[in-house]
Amino acid sequence: MNTSKLPPTPAKVKAETKNFNFHYGDFHALKNINLQLGENQVTALIGPSGCGKSTLLRSFNRMHDLYAGNRYEGELILHPDDTNLVDPRVDPIEVRMRLSMVFQKPNPFPKSIYENVIYGQRVRGVTKRSVLDDKVEEALTNAALWNEVKHRLHDMAFALSGGQQQRLCIARALATDPEVLLFDEPTSALDPIATASIEELIHELKKKVTILIVTHNMQQAARVSDYTAYMYLGELIEFGVTDEIFIKPKDKRTEDYITGRFG
Amino acid sequence: MSLPAEEIAAIRANIASRKTRDLIFTGLGILCLAIAMMTIAALFVDMLVTGWERLRPEFFTEFPSRRAAQAGILSAWVGSVLVMIVTASVAVPLGVAAGIWLEEYAPKHWFTDLIEININNLAGVPSIIYGLLALGLFVYTFGLGQSVRTAGLTLALLILPVVIVATREAIRSIPQMIREAAYAMGATKWQTVKDHILPYSMPGILTGIIIGLSRAIGETAPIITIGALTFIAFLPPAPITDVAPYVNFEWLKAPFTVMPIQIFNWTSRPDPAFHQNAAAAGAILVAMTLSMNALAIWLRYRLRKNIKW
Repeated sequence: MNTSKLPPTPAKVKAETKNFNFHYGDFHALKNINLQLGENQVTALIGPSGCGKSTLLRSFNRMHDLYAGNRYEGELILHPDDTNLVDPRVDPIEVRMRLSMVFQKPNPFPKSIYENVIYGQRVRGVTKRSVLDDKVEEALTNAALWNEVKHRLHDMAFALSGGQQQRLCIARALATDPEVLLFDEPTSALDPIATASIEELIHELKKKVTILIVTHNMQQAARVSDYTAYMYLGELIEFGVTDEIFIKPKDKRTEDYITGRFG
Repeated sequence: MSLPAEEIAAIRANIASRKTRDLIFTGLGILCLAIAMMTIAALFVDMLVTGWERLRPEFFTEFPSRRAAQAGILSAWVGSVLVMIVTASVAVPLGVAAGIWLEEYAPKHWFTDLIEININNLAGVPSIIYGLLALGLFVYTFGLGQSVRTAGLTLALLILPVVIVATREAIRSIPQMIREAAYAMGATKWQTVKDHILPYSMPGILTGIIIGLSRAIGETAPIITIGALTFIAFLPPAPITDVAPYVNFEWLKAPFTVMPIQIFNWTSRPDPAFHQNAAAAGAILVAMTLSMNALAIWLRYRLRKNIKW
């Protein structure tokens, strides 16, 4: 909450949803979501379990396309080229190359640290050793992991601690120079010290990339985000500057959740 | 609060009586295991003792003969190896590809369900049925003859379901979050399969392949059905030659015999000297099967060391 002079909606929008709906088969999981992600800002999605926050996040890189019976409706626009990410004519691979995701549980590949970081380059067909080496150092440095692993880049990723594995996953996501970084409850499997280091990292990363983070930890949302969206039963109840959402929420339901009356 | 002495005694008596039953069940379990193990061990040791005299280097380098003491298993073990090469090179690519398709590509609807049920059923079809199928299809319809290739193809069909099922199980044990991680990096389906699914399921797939091959090497019924010769005093043409193009596929068309057929042939002779040969060959066949299984266990251990979910 270092930025208390923020306008009520982001000044420069990197991505936004317009009347966005999502269906899991017959289940209407997201209802008419209108949300804006400010460029180089952190937007937090909060709300009780099952409110649709992860569903919304996963829509941003078309993860739902991997499973049958899912349907998007409305628009999910990436600026400045105004690509509608959920347009069936847009290849999900293009979407995933432009927006990277960090998952709830650290999920490194059972490969070396090096191979994990450059997997995005491998997918793109980059084979030049010097390019890959530079990429590994850059991404690991940005993920605040370089100093800890620079002498053992060819060790297995599983040899790292949980917090290091999650930073490795962040490095892997950063190595493809994404426009938006999506975090799906990135610290829920980590201890408090590892959590603090990830939060600090998110703070640094927003200088380079736009961030959307799902969290069930309200203190975390308050600590890391510029804007916060409160979701409940598939609807976006309230969206605004994080300070204001937490200090004087406009909606009774937001207030009840934030003050711990339910959720 | 403290319990009176008689209640403490009652608790102890109760524990003692329950532990007695625990002990009885443990004993029963060990007994059952011992019966199974002892039977196998007794059979193997008996074979080894009976055939011991014949287990000499010449036994491996001699052709079968009318004189038991000079007969060997050269044509049988070479035949077994060649048939296994054909079986593996057909069953492995087909089975692994089918398993990958069913797990990673196939849409889930009634038709794929039907395929799935049928694969499980095929694993339970008696092997002689495969022999009859092969006789009709490979020998008579395709005219492949009573050859190494016919036997290899027949056994490939036989172990195909084993390979498919092993591949599917190995793939299914890969957590979904690993797939999602790959796709989230912008990988295509084929990149995900090639870079992740296949390497991470390799230990399970290899185990399935070897278990399948060790079953195939001991199969007798389908080989008899397609008409393997039992007395072969020559080897198929060598696969590698010293003239260009240095490889030769004539061996595929050659008549052959395999280890179980040779054993069957010797057992059915009246002269007990041949029974010694049969026992010796049996011991070798068991040793071949056991060492294949050992290889499977070792490979699984080696390859899984680096994979933890």
